[in-house]
Amino acid sequence: MKNVIRIGSGAAWWGDRVEPAALNAEKGDLDYLCFETMAEATVSAAQVRARRDPSFPGYDTYLDDRMRAVLPACMARGTKIISNQGWINPDAAAQRVVYWLKEFGYAGIKVASVNGSLITEHVLELTDTILENGKPTASLQSTLISAEVYQGAEPIVQALQAGAQIVITGRVADPSIFLAPMMFEFGWDPLDHVKLGQGTGIGHLLECGAQATGGYFSDPGFKDVPEPWNFGFPIAEVNPDGSAVISKVAGTGGAITLQTIKEQLLYEVHDPFNYLTPDVVVDFSTAVLEQVGADRVKVSHIGGKPRTPTLKVSIGCTEGFIGEDMFFYAGPGALRRAQLAKKILEERFKIVKLEAEDIRIDYLGLNAIHGDATPKDAPEPYEVAVRVAARTKTREQAAKVGREVDGMAVSGIAHTGKRVPHQDRTREVIGVWSSLVPRERVIPSVNYFVS
Amino acid sequence: MKVKLQHVAHARSGDKGDTSNIAVFAYTPELYPLLKEQLTAERFKAFYAGAIKGAVTRYDVDQLHAMNFVAQGALGGGVSRSLCLDNYGKALSAAVLNFELEVPEALRPQLRGQHLLPKA
Repeated sequence: MKNVIRIGSGAAWWGDRVEPAALNAEKGDLDYLCFETMAEATVSAAQVRARRDPSFPGYDTYLDDRMRAVLPACMARGTKIISNQGWINPDAAAQRVVYWLKEFGYAGIKVASVNGSLITEHVLELTDTILENGKPTASLQSTLISAEVYQGAEPIVQALQAGAQIVITGRVADPSIFLAPMMFEFGWDPLDHVKLGQGTGIGHLLECGAQATGGYFSDPGFKDVPEPWNFGFPIAEVNPDGSAVISKVAGTGGAITLQTIKEQLLYEVHDPFNYLTPDVVVDFSTAVLEQVGADRVKVSHIGGKPRTPTLKVSIGCTEGFIGEDMFFYAGPGALRRAQLAKKILEERFKIVKLEAEDIRIDYLGLNAIHGDATPKDAPEPYEVAVRVAARTKTREQAAKVGREVDGMAVSGIAHTGKRVPHQDRTREVIGVWSSLVPRERVIPSVNYFVS
Repeated sequence: MKVKLQHVAHARSGDKGDTSNIAVFAYTPELYPLLKEQLTAERFKAFYAGAIKGAVTRYDVDQLHAMNFVAQGALGGGVSRSLCLDNYGKALSAAVLNFELEVPEALRPQLRGQHLLPKA
């Protein structure tokens, strides 16, 4: 058994930068490089795209970029890769990785794909209640696009035990991607909730990449970090008890401090005493953080409680469309012109009989971001954009938003600035609902491909 | 003295469905009790006014000198349904930096952003 394993982050989301992943592969001296590339609606959006576009292979659209950037260094060092870039087609993603391995001349590398997360066909039998509103999941039948279970680390561990050097998954819980190598290397029992709690907590710190190393953090004069254009992604140096030092490649920007680590520790957490994951219930309240060096924070004593008997299911449904656009005012009186423009749009929407479930017209520069939380005495801006959005049942209705903004060009008011409408101003809404499924009803399967 | 929360604490927001969690972290252990006492869940919800439609629960993580506010109905029905330009509510945590706290003069040296503090 190794004394310490080094696990690095390669991505925190689909659109994340690739160069810090390459840097971690080349200079991180990693045992594992892990990629997290899925958001809540990723699977449903991929299903919609796959229906429309037969050429879409169903996995991370940046898979080629990412693998080209890291494979040579990972193969040279013997760094294993775990990634949820498989989206709705882990087999195809694994085969694509094999293709790149062959291109680079690496023969005999075992690549695993973890399946079993997609349960669209059975979701209405396997689940009862929508967590958000208490209604039966059967009420989603007519709009259902896709349903996927958040699997845990166990099928990834199984793939590692079978000798896979690269593991590509569909939907698994984000921290499980990082927990799996700890379980495998240190031989942790899947029911050892003490170790899994600590390890999952470390995974939680890694899963959002630069958010642990100074990203989503800087606030000039209050919280400054060096070179916030040059972040390194985090690396955990994990001990056999799951405690770890969070670090990054020397020479990168950003910072690892008690503050950056604390902010990430509670990121997207609801009850910090009971953070539910497929593998364990994590208790962040007992965490001990110590700055043990420059850009080095030791994290220990994160608690764990036995896992729940159920797994979370995410259910994506078609829920209509959103139309949106914006136009601009500046100079003295910008706000009064924006206010008249809002009135004009409201009247125009009546004239063209816009059928909307909800409409929002904001003044970007004043209240478009914080909405009703904007202070009543917020100062009048020198420049303001009128930003309008409406949610509708059909794309035709949503398109009316952009068409009425078009009308503001010559039929609007003085000093109206406008974009040329090249961009697509309607988009499909994929609503995401949650439910629970008994864990024994979910059967993971692992396939293997060799370069 | 009255100061804005930005001098006392830092914050980060995260999203899950239609729920935003806004975690608030005291810059020093001595400042944490002020937060606990003055930034209650009720005041937090009132401060965000109509931007938070549902309940607000506050979880205190004393060991980290942090409080996690979990605000339901804060993301316009959920990230994909939201009509807000910031549909993930990533910027939502900045609003609370404006919340006013009463801070004893003796703790002034511990406050961040000294250049923007009211003069003694």
